[in-house]
Amino acid sequence: MSPPAPVEARPVRPVGPLVIAIEGVTKLYQMGEETIHALRGVSLEIRRNEYLAIMGPSGSGKSTLMNMLGCLDTPTSGRYEFNGHDVAGMVDDELAEIRNREIGFVFQTFNLLPRSDALRNVELPLIYGGVPSHERHERARQVLIDVGLGNRIHHKPNELSGGQRQRVAIARALVNRPSIILADEPTGNLDSKTGVEILALFDDLYEKGNTIIVVTHEESVARHARRIIRLHDGLIESDGPAY
Amino acid sequence: MKRILYELNESIRIAMAQIRANKMRSALTALGVVIGIVAVTLMGTAIAGINIGFDRSLAMLGEDVLYVNKWPWTGAEDWWNYADRPPLKPEDALKLNRIIAASPDSELAFAVFSDGRTASIKYNGNSVSGVYTAGTGAAYGRILTADFTEGRLFNETEDESARQVVVLGYDVAQALFPGRSPLGENVTIHGQPFEVLGVLARQGSFLGLFSFDNQMILPLGAYRKYFGIRNDDTEIEVKVKDKTRLDEAREELTGLMRRVRGQIPGQRDNFSVNGGALFKEKLDPIKRGIAFAGLFVTGLSLFVGAIGIMNITFVSVRERTKEIGTRKALGARRRTVLLQFLIEAVSICVLGGVVGLVLTYGLFAVVKGAMPSFPIEFSPLLVIISMLVSVATGVLSGIVPAWGASRLDPVVALRYE
Repeated sequence: MSPPAPVEARPVRPVGPLVIAIEGVTKLYQMGEETIHALRGVSLEIRRNEYLAIMGPSGSGKSTLMNMLGCLDTPTSGRYEFNGHDVAGMVDDELAEIRNREIGFVFQTFNLLPRSDALRNVELPLIYGGVPSHERHERARQVLIDVGLGNRIHHKPNELSGGQRQRVAIARALVNRPSIILADEPTGNLDSKTGVEILALFDDLYEKGNTIIVVTHEESVARHARRIIRLHDGLIESDGPAY
Repeated sequence: MKRILYELNESIRIAMAQIRANKMRSALTALGVVIGIVAVTLMGTAIAGINIGFDRSLAMLGEDVLYVNKWPWTGAEDWWNYADRPPLKPEDALKLNRIIAASPDSELAFAVFSDGRTASIKYNGNSVSGVYTAGTGAAYGRILTADFTEGRLFNETEDESARQVVVLGYDVAQALFPGRSPLGENVTIHGQPFEVLGVLARQGSFLGLFSFDNQMILPLGAYRKYFGIRNDDTEIEVKVKDKTRLDEAREELTGLMRRVRGQIPGQRDNFSVNGGALFKEKLDPIKRGIAFAGLFVTGLSLFVGAIGIMNITFVSVRERTKEIGTRKALGARRRTVLLQFLIEAVSICVLGGVVGLVLTYGLFAVVKGAMPSFPIEFSPLLVIISMLVSVATGVLSGIVPAWGASRLDPVVALRYE
């Protein structure tokens, strides 16, 4: 465990409109005979242009909350509104639609398609969003340039370094201009130097007005956020500014 | 709508990339379909060939000719009911013709009597035995479906004066007179000299059983003189005026025959009226049965191929579970994932189908080249059908794994290693 970061005054930003509103959300899993209470009643609001870290030991419900926020999963009970849409009652394809338009995912293991080049990987959400091909190419190329991969556009994932792969993944998350970027341990598979570079990229995206949610167990990563939510045993233990 | 097109395009791309990336696996899987398609299409060509051969054989009998025999052609299980029927006699034909001539509204044109047996024919020390020898009237010329390569049939005068003339079937003429014309030559039949009057063009065999080329035709008068009439195989051939009214003609002929025979009402016919169309009616269900059984058995091999496709699609889904999770996270809907794997399965099947068709065509060409008369037939319809079958096989074998993939929970799929 690294020691807590030195307290440092940060400018308080004007509060944006509400993006996510969660109230009394629970999630139960049936594991054979046993019922697991992954979330026991979580309430939470996230506004535009927040930079939020979700922390907690394994088994705390961190992953479940992340899946919920990412609209990959729906709550057993409770209310979840995303930009005013009632997500809790949505079926698979409606959730897919929300994920496509509103959420940019960044995974620990990058999850790029191995046989497609960077451009094609970045284009994927636009294909599912029904964007015509010339516009797709243009937007994907621009985002790749924005994340610093202008000279790697036609490289396949196995021709890229870990950091570059994660940049492709971030470009893919950004390309549909989502309401939130949801990153799950984005530096978990990177060496520390590359990790710092990726976190700097997140800082930059935040400065440009993006809403970022990072799920991590590393304090050094969470320190980049402006707000930290700590989970324990399926409940929010603390929710406050990151200092 | 546009989105479906983009997704379709993407799915085809992925499928092609996937097949390219797993060349060996895809080829082996496609092989199952190749074998299945080859088996089914070969069976298809064989069935089409059988149909054509069958129709060709029936055409030899004449579409507008009815045959009066002692026995029905289509088989008599209770033969003892037929055995003591009186044989057909030349006089029956004469009486029929007299009635037909007296009734202008008749559906029938004329009747001609014939008898047949096997005999040998000799020329210049060469001999052909077992030749089907028919004795008939000059009117037979208007029933005969074959052309003459040279010469003609005997006329009425030659028939009535029992002139010793003969018309040879193609093979008989070839055997006795290789490379030259037999017209005017004297051959020996039953120890008697006969002058060759004509040679029939090649006709082939009837259902592969009886060769129309291994025959000779004599005037009934001469035939009767030397062979006599063998009662059991006699036949009266009746030409019909309008082949579209065959049923009416058959009714009329049955009535006339009963009159000729002096049968009273309530008595069963003591003769059988036969014909190609009736034959066809009887044989069609058998033909369909053969086609069905053949396609079923060969269809099984295609089924095995389909199971291979299904298996490989399951493997493909399993291998790419994480990719499916990623795609779903990025907004792929159920339909998109379903389509992706379905198209992959269909692509392999269509690939197999195309290769199978090419192989079938190759085999067909080889067989046709080696045995021109072998009844097989390769049709464009067959190409269309087998492509449709390939696509259907792909869809049917891919649907279960693809459906499973489309229903995967993205959370579970993303966690899959």
